[in-house]
Amino acid sequence: MSEDGIAKTPTAAPLLVMSSSPHVHSDREVPRIMRDVLIALAPALLMGLWFFGLPALRVLVFAVGGCLCFEWATLRLLKRPGRLHDLSAAVTGVLLAMNLPPTSPWWLVLIGAFVAIVIAKQIYGGLGYNPFNPALVARVLLLVSFPVQMTTWALPTGPLRLDGGTGPTPLGTLREGLALGRSVDELALTPLWKLLVGVRGGSLGEVSVIALLLGGLYLLWRGHIRWQIPVGFLAAVAVLSGLPWLLDPARHGSPVYHLLSGGLFLGAFFMATDMVTSPVTRRGMLVFGLGCGLLTALIRLWGGYPEGVSFAILLMNAATPLIDRATRPRVFGTGRRLYEERKAA
Amino acid sequence: MRFKGGVHPDYHKETAGLAIETLPLLPRYAVPLSQHLGAPGTPLVTKGQQVAKGEPLSQPQGFVSVPVHAPTSGAVKAIKDWPHPLGRSLPAVEIEADGEDRLWDGLAPLGDWRQQAPAALRDALKAAGLVGMGGATFPTHVKLSPPADKPIDTFILNGAECEPYLTSDHRAMLEQAPAVMEGLGLMARVLGVKRIIIGVEANKPDALEALRKACPPDVAAEFVLLEAKYPQGSEKHLIVALTGRRVPAGGLPMDVGCLVQNVGTAVAACEAVGQGLPLIERVTTVTGEGIARPANLRLRVGTLLADVIAHCGGLGPRIAKVIFGGPMMGLGQFSLEVPVIKGTSGILCLPAERITQYLADPCIRCGTCVDACPMGLVPSAMGVLAERGRFADLADYRVGDCIECGSCAYVCPSFRPLVQLFRRGKAELRALESRSGAA
Repeated sequence: MSEDGIAKTPTAAPLLVMSSSPHVHSDREVPRIMRDVLIALAPALLMGLWFFGLPALRVLVFAVGGCLCFEWATLRLLKRPGRLHDLSAAVTGVLLAMNLPPTSPWWLVLIGAFVAIVIAKQIYGGLGYNPFNPALVARVLLLVSFPVQMTTWALPTGPLRLDGGTGPTPLGTLREGLALGRSVDELALTPLWKLLVGVRGGSLGEVSVIALLLGGLYLLWRGHIRWQIPVGFLAAVAVLSGLPWLLDPARHGSPVYHLLSGGLFLGAFFMATDMVTSPVTRRGMLVFGLGCGLLTALIRLWGGYPEGVSFAILLMNAATPLIDRATRPRVFGTGRRLYEERKAA
Repeated sequence: MRFKGGVHPDYHKETAGLAIETLPLLPRYAVPLSQHLGAPGTPLVTKGQQVAKGEPLSQPQGFVSVPVHAPTSGAVKAIKDWPHPLGRSLPAVEIEADGEDRLWDGLAPLGDWRQQAPAALRDALKAAGLVGMGGATFPTHVKLSPPADKPIDTFILNGAECEPYLTSDHRAMLEQAPAVMEGLGLMARVLGVKRIIIGVEANKPDALEALRKACPPDVAAEFVLLEAKYPQGSEKHLIVALTGRRVPAGGLPMDVGCLVQNVGTAVAACEAVGQGLPLIERVTTVTGEGIARPANLRLRVGTLLADVIAHCGGLGPRIAKVIFGGPMMGLGQFSLEVPVIKGTSGILCLPAERITQYLADPCIRCGTCVDACPMGLVPSAMGVLAERGRFADLADYRVGDCIECGSCAYVCPSFRPLVQLFRRGKAELRALESRSGAA
């Protein structure tokens, strides 16, 4: 706090600070929220690092380091007042790492960090002004530009990575098998316990559903995310993947398999809930979550990619201003519950 | 019924256990002519004139106006501009006390209010200079004169005292419970209202109990313990919590048949009718980490802030703000020469480490303010609109319904000065309106 205008010694007429009420503040502040998000991401991140070993650690270091460097450089270049210690760039870096294949080459990660911070965030005006989730913009741009590197999935062989093998993700297995005309029962689908714990191929931070759920519950408990987005997201995917499965279980993955595989939990709890790019009203959050789930299911079931979480969230990001406008809360003293009308009734 | 939104600030009711003490007579007082919402009165006294305690110093101008009275006997030293709690200098009557504290012989007590006609009671309250003592200072007799098409069926005592730090109403309810109940019965009689509800926040059940015990047999009151949540004491939210009725947007409590009065006002009403005493004293909490000896004080209206602070041991070394009212809605003071006025419920002294300087960091759209707003507004969007000067859009977002409770700014993680932005927006819209009206 500035010393200006604040008396340092008791005097007959101290200089008093003049400013508008309220004069006090809760303990909520941006760096604290970002720190809580990092804490919430830690379990899933650690699981990813454990299963995918040193290459994953390299991805994390380049992603976080790259994001911090690009943030610092753009803030300097554009003479913006933003600060690194608001931790938002660090959060973007961690989320970017968690959304990339764990064996991504260093240059791919750096391109991603550049896209996330410079193009998706700072060019739009910096923290608070970006319409799209920066980490997801980077991921999708890399996916369409470098499809080979972005769809090479390491096997979860443990921290030392003695076996450098690769293989399909659970959703890839399902999609390719069904495309070849096989029935679900013939496919070597990943057992559910492996999906829950995270013993499967996939992006660095998306594999362990239990760890992601733990972190998501922590954010809910701390009040940084509301239930409407993740619940809406998961419910819509469950219902929409469940309907065709009920009609023809042999030709469709079960809703449980859909819920636990791919990047759904990472997306529902950590990507879609990004404050800047999601609605501010509770009803809007529910609409947003349901929309994410709907688009994810459509892409997974009938689209060109096995996974659709990133595309779904980015599309819904674009709809956020519209959703906010359409879901403004009822202003106190307006609407149907007015006293006069009730008295007349 | 719970109202939606609101926040739970730290209560800091450290002074709740301190009995009300009376500040000794001081050598001088400054009584502003404008201490209420509405037209200020014109002075009735001239420089050098001797006045007695309780003598009117001003003549009300119009209906929405009340007189002010001499806090003690002495000489009128000057009638001049004086620092005012509203943040500028306004005309005040400066009185040099003669130390005799002689009562004015023109006081006319009505005695038992049960024997009096409603109109006589209402006139007595106006002559006594009664205003809402919770801070808004709306003249009481105006509230007690609703138009014929807005019948009042429910009379509410606002004992919520939801502002952190303040305990003056709490102490008054404990120590002056019979006066509170008598004043309440009296004001209900003015309107012939049968239903009286007393609402007290759950953090002071002892106050509710004291009122229940002091309730006269002929006053039929309901006693309700309210959820302790800020801003429970806002009229609209108090009414919805106690009756389930929602004051329409832009409307007044009388639109839903309710009338809300403050604890201090009830005490003052009792004294005005029973003893003929005008409103020249009130209970004020002096508190905060920036004052040496916090206290609940009975202060004469017109007491200078510096005298109160001296009585309480002086300000701390790192004093940053002295606030009239509470930390959520109170007014920061620019001078220690300002006098205590009828609406001064608290004097809050905060050191640098307790206050928050709100900066204009960008909104991160976390939506916490939307959850916190008790009026159902979208402060995040409104703040951006006000910042960009888009005042017509701000009106579309119903900034006029903002009660400036500060819940949004209190929870904002970007420390955005939302209340200030909305005040600015409202002022710009008023200016736009008057310009278009003049054209």
